[in-house]
Amino acid sequence: MENSLDAGEFYRYPPDIYLRISSEDGKETEGATVHTIRVEDNGSGVPARHIPSAFGQVFYGSKYKLRQSRGTFGLGGTMAILYGQITTSKPVKVISSTAGKCIHEYDVLIDIRRNRPMVLRHKTYNNPDRWHGTVIEIKMEGDYSRASAKVLEYLKQTAIVVPYANLSFVDPKGRLYRFERATKEMPKPPTETKLHPYGSDVETLKRMVSTTSCKNMVSFMMEHFHKVGRKMALNFLEYAKIPPKKRPHRLKTEDLVKLAKAMKEFPHFRAPSADCLSPLGEDLLRTGIQKELKPEFVAVRQRSPSVYSGYPFIVEVAVAYGGEIPKTGSILLYRFANRIPLLYDEASDVAWKVVNEEVNWKYYNVNPAEAPLAVFVHICSTKIPYRSVGKEFVAEVPEIEREILNGVREAARELSLFLSRRKSVEREKRRLDIFERFLPKIARFSSELAGKDKVPEVKPLLKSVAKYGAEED
Amino acid sequence: MVRKKTESMKDRKKQVLERLKELGENICGQIEKGIFPWLEMPSRSTSNIQYDKKIRQYVLGDKTIKRVTRNVRHIRPFTQLVWLGDMVNMLIRQGKTSTLRDMFYMSQAYEVDFTDQAESDDIVTDLESLIKFAREDFNVFPEERSAIYANLTIEYTVPRYEGKRLNLTVHPDGVIIGPALASAEFIDTDAEMVLCIEKGAMFTRFLEEEVHKKFKAVLIHTAGQAPRATRHIIHRLNRELNLPVYIFCDADPWGMHIAQVIISGSANAAHLRELTTPDAKWAGVWASDIVKYQLPSERLKELDLKRLKELERDPRYREELWQREIQVFYDIKKKAEQEAFSRYGLTKIVEDYLPKRMEEIKSY
Repeated sequence: MENSLDAGEFYRYPPDIYLRISSEDGKETEGATVHTIRVEDNGSGVPARHIPSAFGQVFYGSKYKLRQSRGTFGLGGTMAILYGQITTSKPVKVISSTAGKCIHEYDVLIDIRRNRPMVLRHKTYNNPDRWHGTVIEIKMEGDYSRASAKVLEYLKQTAIVVPYANLSFVDPKGRLYRFERATKEMPKPPTETKLHPYGSDVETLKRMVSTTSCKNMVSFMMEHFHKVGRKMALNFLEYAKIPPKKRPHRLKTEDLVKLAKAMKEFPHFRAPSADCLSPLGEDLLRTGIQKELKPEFVAVRQRSPSVYSGYPFIVEVAVAYGGEIPKTGSILLYRFANRIPLLYDEASDVAWKVVNEEVNWKYYNVNPAEAPLAVFVHICSTKIPYRSVGKEFVAEVPEIEREILNGVREAARELSLFLSRRKSVEREKRRLDIFERFLPKIARFSSELAGKDKVPEVKPLLKSVAKYGAEED
Repeated sequence: MVRKKTESMKDRKKQVLERLKELGENICGQIEKGIFPWLEMPSRSTSNIQYDKKIRQYVLGDKTIKRVTRNVRHIRPFTQLVWLGDMVNMLIRQGKTSTLRDMFYMSQAYEVDFTDQAESDDIVTDLESLIKFAREDFNVFPEERSAIYANLTIEYTVPRYEGKRLNLTVHPDGVIIGPALASAEFIDTDAEMVLCIEKGAMFTRFLEEEVHKKFKAVLIHTAGQAPRATRHIIHRLNRELNLPVYIFCDADPWGMHIAQVIISGSANAAHLRELTTPDAKWAGVWASDIVKYQLPSERLKELDLKRLKELERDPRYREELWQREIQVFYDIKKKAEQEAFSRYGLTKIVEDYLPKRMEEIKSY
């Protein structure tokens, strides 16, 4: 599904995604049973010649360039297919078209020993409507009743962070969940960039020198690295004590180690540009939150781009209050990394630490134990520093931690302003209510006391309180 | 019978109605002029309550407070005050009475937002100090009632009984001092003194021993601390009929204070007059009587001693008799009830103790 979203976004179609999980016997039963997972998207589609490899070979990955995308290695999809194949021995069914004349349907198995796709069936259909998109059907064993809460949470959070997508989901009982898009606006897609020297390592360098067509180190540096010009390249090579005229593919392993070390240490590289990042943007994040949580108030902050270890990143933060946000006794934290909701191990995440330990909410007139408060943290980067292979929580990288903290503080300041303004408006309203309630009574009682038939008019008095507001003691 | 009538009950009601009308006209006028209505009334804060030695009761000082409806914190109590004025105006005109509790419940139909009865009681006190009449004068009475027994003929002024006369010996338990009695006129009596008794049992004993005949006394059962209506009746008996008043209660700090409040009034009623009887005498049971008559007694508890300390410093207790008895309490650290005299038989208190005490008291 993440791949589907990427496909849609890259080609600037507001995604329409349909997800169906059905069990073999049509019933939801306890324990692990075989389920069919079907994902349909309206993305760009996969060219027919790539289909077998893309879905039947591990590490075929379309993610070979440096650009923010949901996955890192392009493993997610194939892993799911592989898991299905291991548990059920059934092939994956892929139907796709790139809006051409044909729609292709493949049944593919992965030849695990040789890591090669095995096409069991290939059919083509006419595509008179120029449909584009991809349908994937995987059979796998699983226990839906245990996973259902997480699945729904995942969809809801995805709907927040991808407010321009229509998400439909049919669960094994046939219940339809629909998350409608709230906008057709989409974030600017990321551009591909070259690697920043800070982010390189020996393995990467080894691969680069073996394939480069550059004849010397100066052009190698300029050609393959981000924000490195002639002057910068010369300065760096002098610092790294590597002759500028040296041919890159002549570099020995110890040279590469030296080079990689110098790249990390050289202090004068320019900060990477954030063009390769595609943050959601304040408006879209706000739209997503309003759409799914209908809060009374939301403050969104996009921090300016920053860098850790040579990887550019942008932190987006939102603080939402009231509305349909439940009072749970603690702050609801929604974490996103490159537009993927992170659902597990919340308390290990750097954002959790910031929100629960570093921000003094009292300072912003909020008591987290009582307030209906939600905090959203979205980190975009060409490389998210996950602390585990499960990719569920982000490490405490000081640069990222600082950006989250500042973002939350800025948004919280806005919330505090909202709360105090709302309080004073309420106070003013209550004050006017009191005058409106009691002045007419005073007029009535006193006219009865005085034995008068006519009750004196209090409207001028009421008008004057509304106008001037200030009261006398 | 010597009758010194201060003013008739009817006149008082008329004055109350006039004050209320003035209040209404004042507020209406302010609203018509386009100003937020306001009122000025004596402050009842403790800093404004002083003891007036001359008239021997607590009085309010010169400090006043302003209630301004422009102030959001004042407007609710202001409304309640005017509402109360309107209600008692109606009560008086229709010749009806009400109680403090009743007023609280009545208020709920008008949505004037009393949070509890304490608050509505407080507004009643505000109205008292504003129009300078006691709540009994505007027909609002407390729940508690005490009783009177005397060869005294009264004439009711309340509607439906207006002009009707009653001799207060008519009922063997005494007649309840309620709104109707408090506002009745005194017509005729052969009484020569008033005897106030704290306890019901002792009151009954006095009736059975025909103290009212033997001493020519008006007997009043205060039922503990005397209610204001009862204090007002005692005041009137003393003022209008020139009857000396003797108060007879338990020999402990609390009994002593029951006597004192009848004599000098309470701080709570500092804004009112005609509730005190400065010439009334505390007739016992004194601390020294415990020794003199060897009365069955109990030790003074810590709470009693604490109260005694307060009374010792109280300006109402300056006179020699009080100070002397407080010292005796300190010395013997004992207290006794009125009924303690029963150890000497049923008649001892009436035949021996009382006559002696009356003689003795004349010298104080």
